[in-house]
Amino acid sequence: MLPTEIKESLTRRIETASHPPELAVDVMFAIQDHYGWLTDEAMEEAGAILGMDPLKLEELATFYTFLYREPVGKYVIHLCDSVICWMDGYESLRDHIARKLGIGMGETTPDGLFTLLPVCCIGYCDRSPAMLINKKVYGFLTPEKIDAIFEKLRTEAQSTERGTAEAPHE
Amino acid sequence: MYPQVLFQNRKPDRIATLEEYRKSGGYEAITESLKNRSHKDIQEILLESDLLGRGGAAFPAGRKIMTVSDDAPYPRYVICNADEMEPGTFKDRVLIHADPHMLIEGMLIAGYAARAEKGIIFIRPEYENAARILEREIGLAEEAGFLGENILGSDYSFSIDVHRSGGRYICGEVTAQLNALEGKRPNPKQPPPYPTEKGLWGKPTVTQNVETLCCMPHILRNGAQWFKDLALTEAGAGTKIYCVSGKVNRPGCYELPMGVKLSEIIEEHAGGMKNGAEFKACLPGGASTRFLSREHYHIPMDFNSLREAGHRLGTAAIMVFDEDTCMVAATLNLLEFFARESCGWCTPCREGVPYLKDLMWRIEHGQGEEKFLSMLRKQSKYLWISYCAFAPGAMSPVEGLLNDFEDEVMAHIRQKRCPFKGGE
Ligand SMILES: Cc1cc2nc3c(=O)[nH]c(=O)nc-3n(C[C@H](O)[C@H](O)[C@H](O)COP(=O)(O)O)c2cc1C
Ligand code: SF4
Ligand code: FES
Repeated sequence: MLPTEIKESLTRRIETASHPPELAVDVMFAIQDHYGWLTDEAMEEAGAILGMDPLKLEELATFYTFLYREPVGKYVIHLCDSVICWMDGYESLRDHIARKLGIGMGETTPDGLFTLLPVCCIGYCDRSPAMLINKKVYGFLTPEKIDAIFEKLRTEAQSTERGTAEAPHE
Repeated sequence: MYPQVLFQNRKPDRIATLEEYRKSGGYEAITESLKNRSHKDIQEILLESDLLGRGGAAFPAGRKIMTVSDDAPYPRYVICNADEMEPGTFKDRVLIHADPHMLIEGMLIAGYAARAEKGIIFIRPEYENAARILEREIGLAEEAGFLGENILGSDYSFSIDVHRSGGRYICGEVTAQLNALEGKRPNPKQPPPYPTEKGLWGKPTVTQNVETLCCMPHILRNGAQWFKDLALTEAGAGTKIYCVSGKVNRPGCYELPMGVKLSEIIEEHAGGMKNGAEFKACLPGGASTRFLSREHYHIPMDFNSLREAGHRLGTAAIMVFDEDTCMVAATLNLLEFFARESCGWCTPCREGVPYLKDLMWRIEHGQGEEKFLSMLRKQSKYLWISYCAFAPGAMSPVEGLLNDFEDEVMAHIRQKRCPFKGGE
């Protein structure tokens, strides 16, 4: 169940919106932030808050890249595989990450920390090869840089509690 | 150094403040317009300036706003398209991070010209920083009286909201974006009715790209003729943010006069080819344009010159490939992008793009046959009958490959392997 504060603050936003469906993605993002992904229960709750048929929301949740209808790790890695990053070494970085974390594309590490997903051009081609982790951008990637980032996140995960993921920034 | 118009307040390390924007003449255009110009005057000036849409389709901005008829119902909307998901394109991000109030004033002007009262910035989730900057600066603009009710004592009211997308390429297409905003699955909708007649929630809606809107305050302040004169070519108008990536020494965004030569952009502004490599080709305006080969190395980069050469300037996102890059593999990568991002609504695209991708995969991996060339050509034609402009965009690189690099494709087929993957 969603905590009442989250539910109330979303409901307040809906009440003042001229067209509540405009908030569908926002509401799902907020609920996803709470649960980590969009569980069946989360979809029902989103539908109730928005006054929308959960089936309509299902059409969105299964369509958008940043809404997860399956469990993901604490850190979601989106590695850019579009043409500039591809030219600048995407494939070897992908293999490096897969080796390092012991997972393939679309998989999550057994400790629930990392999920690896491909993403198309994230608009940072001037810093290629690039990736996002929980929507935060990392550019000019090298295997060494990636190792250091993972190390830092591992330490961070040990010292923080679940659900307090870092806010995205540049 | 060419005149810097959109980038005049750009700094290496931070965002231009409201004060800095005002010091450079910011918000003068809207202040003056609210006092002395009718919405018709503004439409005329925009039309006369030859400002063409910077989001890829190059539609005249003035003409678009004029299609909102005088007796059209209210509320009317202005949408700023900050989805920017075209691979290779990142100019809108850089513009928002450089001088966010220029975009806010641009929306005010478009809003006043269309007599709209509500602005929405539709932004991709990868640009969360830009979204937060905009929300903060919109608040400051409200406090300063530039947004809200009865702006600067006039009878004009306008507000702006930031809308975050869930992230899919098709959301950049105008009609799909309207569905996305309405909380529906973002499939495109074929006109008529056109969005300027029946757009968001059935009301007149003008959608413009970030860069298009950013040009507007400058045009109103300095005049249509001034804007036209900024271009190097007769048919061009204004400056353009060229965003260069790939095999160059200094990838990034460069504001240059419309019509500057491709060779100059690469050699002088983007620092030349990386490691002294040789230029083989570029995509001149994002993934949905055709490869420009060495033959066009000195082409003036404006909408008209590219169209005359059978190409498109698109978003002017110049992605540079050198002689060591395999054009078949590059095209395969682009097709993988399009196959993944197809919204799946219509059959020619949903089925056709993966079919092209599969053929290209086989060629790249040494399983190609000569008949694949005609199969690719035939299938590409079918993509023209798809429901929206996505699929014709998807086949542009394929068309370019077959036109200018057929020998490379044939080398793959004859050698039964990728000739670029030889001695690795
Ligand atoms: C598949 C597809 C994706 C598009 N993506 C964008 C985009 O991300 N940003 C944008 O401004 N225009 C995009 N466009 C073009 C828009 O449909 C539209 O022409 C443009 O936003 C209008 O603004 P403008 O006239 O100022 O360029 C896209 C078009 C298609 C067909
Ligand atoms: S062409 Fe592709 S993106 Fe456009 S409607 Fe058809 S399936 Fe969707
Ligand atoms: S291609 Fe990777 S960020 Fe653009």
